[in-house]
Amino acid sequence: MNWFTTFITSSIGKKIVMALTGLFLITFLLVHCSVNACIFFNDGGETFNEVAEFFGSNPVIRTMEIVLFICLILHIIQGLVLWGQNGSKRPVKYTSKNGAANSTWYSRSMGLLGTLLLMFLIVHLKDFWVVSRFTDEITGGSTTLYAKMNEAFDNIWVVVLYVFSMFSLSYHLLHGFQSAFRTMGWTHRKYTPLIKAVGAGFAVLIPFIFAMMPIVMHFNLID
Amino acid sequence: MSGNMNLTLKVWRQQSLNAPGKLVDYKVKDISEDMSFLEMFDVLNEELITKGDEPIAFDHDCREGICGSCSMHINGRPHGPLKGVTTCQLHMRSFKDGDTIVVEPWRANAFPVIKDLSVDRSAFDRIIGSGGYISVNTGNAQDANSLPIPKDDADEAFMSAACIGCGACVAACVNSSAMLFVSAKVSQLSLLPQGKPETDQRVLAMVNQMDTEGFGACSNTGACTAECPKEISQGNIARMNRLYLAASLGGK
Ligand code: SF4
Ligand code: FES
Repeated sequence: MNWFTTFITSSIGKKIVMALTGLFLITFLLVHCSVNACIFFNDGGETFNEVAEFFGSNPVIRTMEIVLFICLILHIIQGLVLWGQNGSKRPVKYTSKNGAANSTWYSRSMGLLGTLLLMFLIVHLKDFWVVSRFTDEITGGSTTLYAKMNEAFDNIWVVVLYVFSMFSLSYHLLHGFQSAFRTMGWTHRKYTPLIKAVGAGFAVLIPFIFAMMPIVMHFNLID
Repeated sequence: MSGNMNLTLKVWRQQSLNAPGKLVDYKVKDISEDMSFLEMFDVLNEELITKGDEPIAFDHDCREGICGSCSMHINGRPHGPLKGVTTCQLHMRSFKDGDTIVVEPWRANAFPVIKDLSVDRSAFDRIIGSGGYISVNTGNAQDANSLPIPKDDADEAFMSAACIGCGACVAACVNSSAMLFVSAKVSQLSLLPQGKPETDQRVLAMVNQMDTEGFGACSNTGACTAECPKEISQGNIARMNRLYLAASLGGK
C-alpha cells in the first residue's frame, strides 16, 4: 500500500474524510439557507426566484454542485461504513450501560441521525432538485421554484417531515461541527471555545430558519 | 456496626475465552462502607471458596489506583459511579444498603474475556511495543535536568503520562476506540525533546497497530475522558490527529 491508501484507510484517515466533507457540507448549508431565506422578503417569492435562477445558471455554482455531491456521497458512504465497523467492535453488548453519564446521546447517535437525514434528503431532492434540474417545468417557465415549494408544503405531512428532519440536522450539527475540528486536530486553548460557541449557534439557527420555511408556507404566514 | 449493608450483585461469569457467559446473582451481607469494591469481592470470594464454589476471577494488583489492573464495569460505567477513580479506589460508601450492582468485564473485541471479569489487554502492550518508547538511552536525572523544557510542555507530558493503561476509555466508548490511551502515550513522548525526533514514525506505527488490534474509530463523544480514572484530556486525541496528519502528509 502506498502512503496515501494507508493514511486514508486508517481509522484517523476515515474520520478526516468525515470531517472535511462535513465542513464542506456545513458551508453549503449556509449558502442554501441564505438563498432560501429570500422567501422571507415576503414579495411572493420574486427575490427568491431570481436568486435561485442565478444560482441555477451560474457556472461556478454549477461546478461547486458537483463538488457538493462528491462530498455528500463520500460523507454518506464513509459514515455508514464507520457506523457498521465501529458497531462490530463490541459483539457482546453490556447488560447495563449508562452512556448518559459520560456523553451526550446525540454524539453517540451520529449514524442514526445521519440515516434519518439521508432519508429526508432523498425526499427533498426528489421534490426540488430533480424537478429543477431534470425537468423543464421551472426553466420552461410553466412554474417557479417558489410555487413548487408552496405546492409541496401544502401537505401537512411534508411539513412534519421537514421540521422533524431539521431537529435531526440540529443535533447532527451540534456534535458534528466541533467534532470535525477536533478530528482535524484544530484545537487550541484560545480558539476552541469560539469554535464550540459558533458551532452551537449554527446548529440551532440554521435548522431553525430552514424549519420555518415549510411552516410559514403551510400556514400562509407569508405572501 | 452501623453503616453495614446487604447487597445483591449480578456478576458476569464466564469459564474461559470462548465459553458462553452469563450474569449470576450473589447476595453479600454485612458489608462495611469502608471496604473498597475489591475488598467486597474478596469477602464474596472467601465465601464462595468456603462453599466449594469457584471464586470470581478479576484483575487487580496495586489496589491504590496506580497500576491499571483493576477493570470492572459497574452499573453501566467503567470503574463505577465516581469521577477520576479506579475500581480499587471505589469504596462501598458509594452504594446504599439493598442496592443491586451489575458487574461486567470490559467489553470490546480487542479485549477478549479470559475468565469472568478478567480481560486480555495485551493489545495495549502490542501498541506500546510498536512505537511507545524512545530508541536510545536518554541518560540519568542530571541529563534530563540539563535540557531546557518549557514548563507547559513538561506539565502536559506529565499529565498524559498519568495514563495507567487500564482500558476504561475503550470500555466506555460506543466505538470501542483506544484513541485516548494511544494519544496519551504518543503525547507523553512527543512533547518532550527526548521523544520528539521519533514522533512521525511513532505515531504512524502506533495508530497502525491500534487499527490492527481491532479498536474502533474515534467520534469524539468524550466518554473516554469522562470515565478515565486519571482524567486524561481529550486534547491528546486532537494532538494525535494533528501529528498523524502531519506524519502522513508531510513525513518521509
Ligand atoms: S486513558 Fe485513562 S481510561 Fe484510558 S487507559 Fe489510560 S488511564 Fe485508563
Ligand atoms: S488495582 Fe492497581 S489501579 Fe486498581
